[in-house]
Amino acid sequence: MIRPDDAGEVPQDAVLPGNVWAPPVGESPVHSTAAPIGRPAPSSGLVGAARDAWVEATRHLRVMPRNPEVLIFATLQPVMFVLLFVYVFGGAIAVPGFEDDYAQFLIPGIFAQTVVFNSAFTSVGIAEDMQKGYIDRLLSLPMSRSAVLVGRTISDFVRNVITFGVMLLVAFMIGFRFEGSLVEAAVGTGLLFAFSYALSWIQALIGQNVSSVEAANSAGFIWMFPLTFVSSAFVDPSQMPGWLQPFAINNPFTIVTNACRALYNGLPVGSDLWVSLAWSAGIVVVFAGLSIRQFSRSTVA
Amino acid sequence: MVPMSALADTAPDLAVEAEGLVKTFGATRAVDGVTFSVPRGAVYGLLGPNGAGKTTTVRLLTTLLRPDGGNARIDGLDVVAHPGLVRARIGLTGQYAAVEERLTATENLNLIGRLYHLPRTSIGPRATDLLERFDLTYAADRVVKEFSGGMRRRLDIAMSLIARPSVLFLDEPTTGLDPRSRLAMWELIEELGEDGTTVLLTTQYLDEADRLAERIVVIDAGGVIANGTADELKDQIGGDRLSVVIANPDNAARAVAALRSLCTSDVIVDDSGRGLSASIMSGDRMVPSAIRALDDAGVDVLDVEVRRPTLDDVFLQLTGHAAEDPPSDATPDLDGGVR
Repeated sequence: MIRPDDAGEVPQDAVLPGNVWAPPVGESPVHSTAAPIGRPAPSSGLVGAARDAWVEATRHLRVMPRNPEVLIFATLQPVMFVLLFVYVFGGAIAVPGFEDDYAQFLIPGIFAQTVVFNSAFTSVGIAEDMQKGYIDRLLSLPMSRSAVLVGRTISDFVRNVITFGVMLLVAFMIGFRFEGSLVEAAVGTGLLFAFSYALSWIQALIGQNVSSVEAANSAGFIWMFPLTFVSSAFVDPSQMPGWLQPFAINNPFTIVTNACRALYNGLPVGSDLWVSLAWSAGIVVVFAGLSIRQFSRSTVA
Repeated sequence: MVPMSALADTAPDLAVEAEGLVKTFGATRAVDGVTFSVPRGAVYGLLGPNGAGKTTTVRLLTTLLRPDGGNARIDGLDVVAHPGLVRARIGLTGQYAAVEERLTATENLNLIGRLYHLPRTSIGPRATDLLERFDLTYAADRVVKEFSGGMRRRLDIAMSLIARPSVLFLDEPTTGLDPRSRLAMWELIEELGEDGTTVLLTTQYLDEADRLAERIVVIDAGGVIANGTADELKDQIGGDRLSVVIANPDNAARAVAALRSLCTSDVIVDDSGRGLSASIMSGDRMVPSAIRALDDAGVDVLDVEVRRPTLDDVFLQLTGHAAEDPPSDATPDLDGGVR
C-alpha cells in the first residue's frame, strides 16, 4: 500500500531503475513475526539528496527547543554587543551621515557580525559529529553524502534566524527603526542570511579538517574577527590607517554590511546589492564544492 | 531496463567476500592483502591486537574507505561499484556508540530508519520491536544522554538493525563496557547469531572471539595469519597445553629444565616467573609425569593442569607475540584464557 505521502519513499514492491535488488535472502529473522518493513534503498537524484538533508537537519532542529539555554546564550552575546556598542562607544564614535544616530549605523553592522559569527556553529557541529563517530554511522547508510553537510548547514541557518529575531527585538527596544520600506528591510536581511549561509560552507570545510571540537571552535572563530572588525560594521573605514583601508573597503563583509545598512535606512544601495549577492553565491559554489568533494572522496562515492 | 543480472539471481551464499584487500595510509599498509569470506547466517570474528587492521578492514567492507587494492563484495555486490546498494544491505556499529545524545531512543531509531529510506509507516512498529528486543522499552522516550554505556551500545546495535541488514558489522562491540554489560552484549550477539543474522565482529579479546564466533579470522600487521574455528586454531598448534604453577619464581629455570623432555614445544615462563606452559602430545598421563619430574628437580608445585590450548596460546604461536590489551575484567588466570 502506497499512501500519497509515501510517494517520495521507496515503494515496497517497486524495482528501482538501475537497482539490483536480490530477494532479501539474508533478512534477519529478528522479529520475523513483525510486518514486512519494506526495503532499504539508496537515495537517488537531487530530490533524494534534499530529503536526506532535511531528515539530517531535523536531527538538530528537534533538539533546539529542548535545550533553550543553548539558544539563550547564543543570543545573549549579540544582544550584549548591541547594548555595549550603542551605549559605551555610541557617544565617542561619529560616523559621517549618522552623526546623531549611531545606533542606525551600528545595528546593521552588529546584525551582520552576529549572523556571520553564528556560522561557526557549523564547523563545531561537524567536528563534534566526526569526533563522536556519528559521521561514520551516517556514511554507512544509503543516504546522500552531501546531505550530511547540507543538513547541518540548514539547521544552523534556522538557528541563525531565531537568534536574529531576538536581536531585532532588542534593537527595536533601544530605538532602532527600519527607515526604508519593509521590502528593503527584508532584502537587507536576506543579504545577511545569504552571506552567513555562504560562510557556513567555509566552516563546513574547516570542521572536516580539524582534529577536535576545541580546534574547530578556535579555527572557526579566529578569522572572523579581522573579517568583521576591519570593516565598515562599527566605524567608517576612511578613519582607519591607510594600509588597512583597501582591505576594509573591499572586504566582502563591508559590502554586505553597507548594502544592508543602506536598505535598512532607506538609502540608495547601489551596486553593493549585487556585489554582495555575487560574493555569497561565489563562496557557496567554491566552498560547498570543496567541502562536499572532500567529504565524499574520503569514502566510496 | 533493470539488469536482473547474475548478481540478483544467484542469491550468493557468501554474505561477505574480501579478496586481497589493500589499504595504505602514507607509507603504512594498514590492510595488506586481506582475504576471507563469511557465509550467510554465520557469526565471524576478526581477531587481532590494536592496530592490526581490523577496523580498517571493516571500513573497507562498509564503503567508508576506498580500497587501494583487491576487492570486496557484500551479497555479491562490489563495494566500489555499488556502494549505495551495499549500504542498503549493511548495518554498522562502530567502536564508539554513534547515537545522537540529545534525541530519545525512539527518535534515534526513527532517524536512522528514515535515512535507510524505509516506508515511514513501517519504521514505528519496527522501532518498537527493536526497543523491546533490546530491553530498552522503558527508556524509549528518554534522552540518550541519560543512558548508561551498555544502554547506548544496545541502542546503537538496534539502530544498525532497523532495516534488517543482510550483514551486521560490529566493530569492537564490548570495548569500554563494564563486565556486566559486556556479558549482556555477548548474550545479545549470541541471540543475533541464533536468529540467523550474519555478523562480522572485530575484537581484540580472545575470550570474546572464542565464545561468539563460529570462525575466527586472525589478523596481524594488516594480514590474515589464520582462519578457522576456535578448535581448528587450537589444533593448529598441536596437542594439549600443560600449564604449571610453581611456588617460587627462583626455581623457574630448574622447572623449565625438568619439563623440557616432556614437551613438544619450548617451555614458556610468564611474567610472574611462576607460571609455565608448553605444548604436549597427549593429555592424560602428563600430570603425574610432570609432578614427578618437578618433584625430582626439587621444585615445589602449586598447580598442574593439562588443557586445550587457548587462543592466547594460538596467538603467541602464530605471531610470536601475545595479543595486546587483555580484557581488564578477565580473571588473571595463569592460563591466560577464559575457557
